[in-house]
Amino acid sequence: MTYTPEMRESIKAVEATRERRLNETYPAIPVAERQVLLNAFHPDYVEDGMREIRVGSSKGERTLHELADLIEGRPHIGPEFDLSEPAVETDVLVIGGGGAGASAALLAQEAGARVMLVTKLRFGDANTMMAQGGIQAADRPEDSPAIHYLDVIGGGHFTNHPDLVEALVKDGPVVIHWLEQLGVMFDKEPDGTMVEAHGGGTSRKRMHSARDYSGAEIMRVLRDEVRNRPIEVMEFAPAIELVLDEEGNAAGAILQNLETGRTFYVRAAAVILATGGSGRLHYQQFPTTNHYGATGDGVVMAYRVGAKLAFLDTMQYHPTGAAFPEQILGLLVTEKVRGLGAQPVNSKGEQFVYPLEPRDVEAAAFIRECRERKLGVVTPSGQPGVWLDSPMIERLHGPGTIERALPAMARQFRRFGIDMTEDPLLVYPTLHYQNGGVVLDAEGSTSVPGLFIAGEISGGVHGRNRLMGNSLLEICVYGRRAGRSAARRALEKTAGRPTVAHLVTWNEELDTVGIDGAVRSPILLPHYARD
Amino acid sequence: MSEDKEQVPERIPVYIMGKRYDVPPSLTIMKAMEWAGYMLVRGVGCRGGFCGACATAYRVKGDARLHFGLACQTVVKPEMYLGMIPFFPVERAGYDMAELKPEASTLFQTYPEILHCLGCGTCTKACPQELDVKGYMAAAMRGDIAAVANMSFDCIMCGLCAARCPAEEPQYNIALLARRLYGRYLSPRSEHLHQRVTEISQGQYDAALAELKEMGTEALKERYTSRDMEPK
Repeated sequence: MTYTPEMRESIKAVEATRERRLNETYPAIPVAERQVLLNAFHPDYVEDGMREIRVGSSKGERTLHELADLIEGRPHIGPEFDLSEPAVETDVLVIGGGGAGASAALLAQEAGARVMLVTKLRFGDANTMMAQGGIQAADRPEDSPAIHYLDVIGGGHFTNHPDLVEALVKDGPVVIHWLEQLGVMFDKEPDGTMVEAHGGGTSRKRMHSARDYSGAEIMRVLRDEVRNRPIEVMEFAPAIELVLDEEGNAAGAILQNLETGRTFYVRAAAVILATGGSGRLHYQQFPTTNHYGATGDGVVMAYRVGAKLAFLDTMQYHPTGAAFPEQILGLLVTEKVRGLGAQPVNSKGEQFVYPLEPRDVEAAAFIRECRERKLGVVTPSGQPGVWLDSPMIERLHGPGTIERALPAMARQFRRFGIDMTEDPLLVYPTLHYQNGGVVLDAEGSTSVPGLFIAGEISGGVHGRNRLMGNSLLEICVYGRRAGRSAARRALEKTAGRPTVAHLVTWNEELDTVGIDGAVRSPILLPHYARD
Repeated sequence: MSEDKEQVPERIPVYIMGKRYDVPPSLTIMKAMEWAGYMLVRGVGCRGGFCGACATAYRVKGDARLHFGLACQTVVKPEMYLGMIPFFPVERAGYDMAELKPEASTLFQTYPEILHCLGCGTCTKACPQELDVKGYMAAAMRGDIAAVANMSFDCIMCGLCAARCPAEEPQYNIALLARRLYGRYLSPRSEHLHQRVTEISQGQYDAALAELKEMGTEALKERYTSRDMEPK
């Protein structure tokens, strides 16, 4: 599984230019020219990859076919589902066991609500766990929340919702402090100064990290804290449909025991959807960095009860997915590798893009290099890629840096016989993040009263493109906000008589436009078993 | 004839929970199970080596030793006998972080079984992250919280150490407690962080943010393009 002789030839070219490149950085693309590159090479601009949604409150909005199919899907249950005897009654029902769900559960419990957290797989099986690079927060004297705001909104091509960005950047340092009080071990200098790095599209170093296990460290601490509190946790119990009361307020959800298949109703006065993204739908057949359960369930369920959607015509393709070896195709090579100085170079060992453009721009440049300029390297299975010159890191920062700062990455490749301190890594864009989703306000509320959202399911915080390190921040900021808001709501107002009557109108609407019902959604898991 | 022969794809036998399947040799254990027709619910999570859901024990024919790995990160070998360990019951203490003191006694009181560790090293042999589990358990017995925290940092909590331990230690939960104690109490204080949190609570950035929020897109673009960049 080590590099083939052909790939070795190209690595020689990379080695030959390395010394010179240590003192050279390819210039950034002018902002005005970014769009031209995106139009030509970014998957978001592939016209026939998308279509308009034909039903519901965001009818006419475009999204990818794979997601549109599920959004327009039929429910698993009928409107006659018996809601008369809830299996559980609680104040706040949190659906989703990643970082956003855990943060929400903690804050809702602190606010005095009874809380139940349910999750499709194990608690912590989430993209949070896999986030490597870090979490942004403007806490250095050279930085400020206002500068962070500018970076976020510029990275999002000025489409982000201003209130949502404000909450994100203002809560940033507060969240870092909160996490540290819970016991998260951030990387620090001996005097306590946080070690902070640049990420794509940042004008200040504000990427806090916990080696390259940043998300895993945050997730395992949040999970442990939830387990220390009087919060009921139910695993392998995904939601399959939301329940409203007769006035249209959220009133809980129908869950399914993933192992026995039994369905049951959990009644709640407020519901927080923190179900994450949808990389496992493999848009346009891209491989993905996402965890097994990232199938867009929350978007499907929220839409069916009338929540609005935004920015679902844009997905984030992380520039550096592993392109070799095939066993780990599409898995993440953290942006921190470039943050530490590794340059992307083509088959001839030459730079072709500024290493830290916003992710969409960087990804488009990689695709152009392979597809148009034919200067990529092709693997035996036909997968193209460009080199990420990781050995530069130790030339720039000294021996041992990779083992210290990137132990997960080094281990990942070592398992397959590649030593990233000696050899470059072959990378190509991989499906990474759902930029858009359900519309929310800065308190985590949606257009459905009593329904709150947090994390990757949401749309508007990042606009059309998210910067590295702002998703770990988002899950905490909005998890906390949604948790507080949902508790407040649940303690003020209980839900009325529960119903799933919305399914009658939903099914009628599908009938009207001639959607036959072949697709049932949410799908819960991707179908990887060979038939 | 020889051409036909070349087109027959290579297959190797593996035994999934005792049952033989012939699978392509390039697959990971996880993908081999799916190739064999398994629809995975347990024993699968991030599929990227970070979540610890797919802890797997295996033997290879002709080798008496037991091997361990993550199903998503381990390529199949011929005559591999596979057993997934999707769940294993392990003790986890409850505690209130605010009440704990970062002292050796906290470790011993929360997990008295620490002192029962035999130092046999079975845990270390089982660790798919190649951590020195025995070493950090020794540090735990000495009450050295910082050492436990740092040595265990790359733990993915897959549970193989605990599943194999003859002394029934919950190693990964002990390590988590040590890391949380270190993160909260022992790591050096970040003055700049505390300073910024205070400034935010005093509303120091509200005016600057309000100004940006009200700016038109063109003005904002101008401000963004001309912002100064901190050097690498």
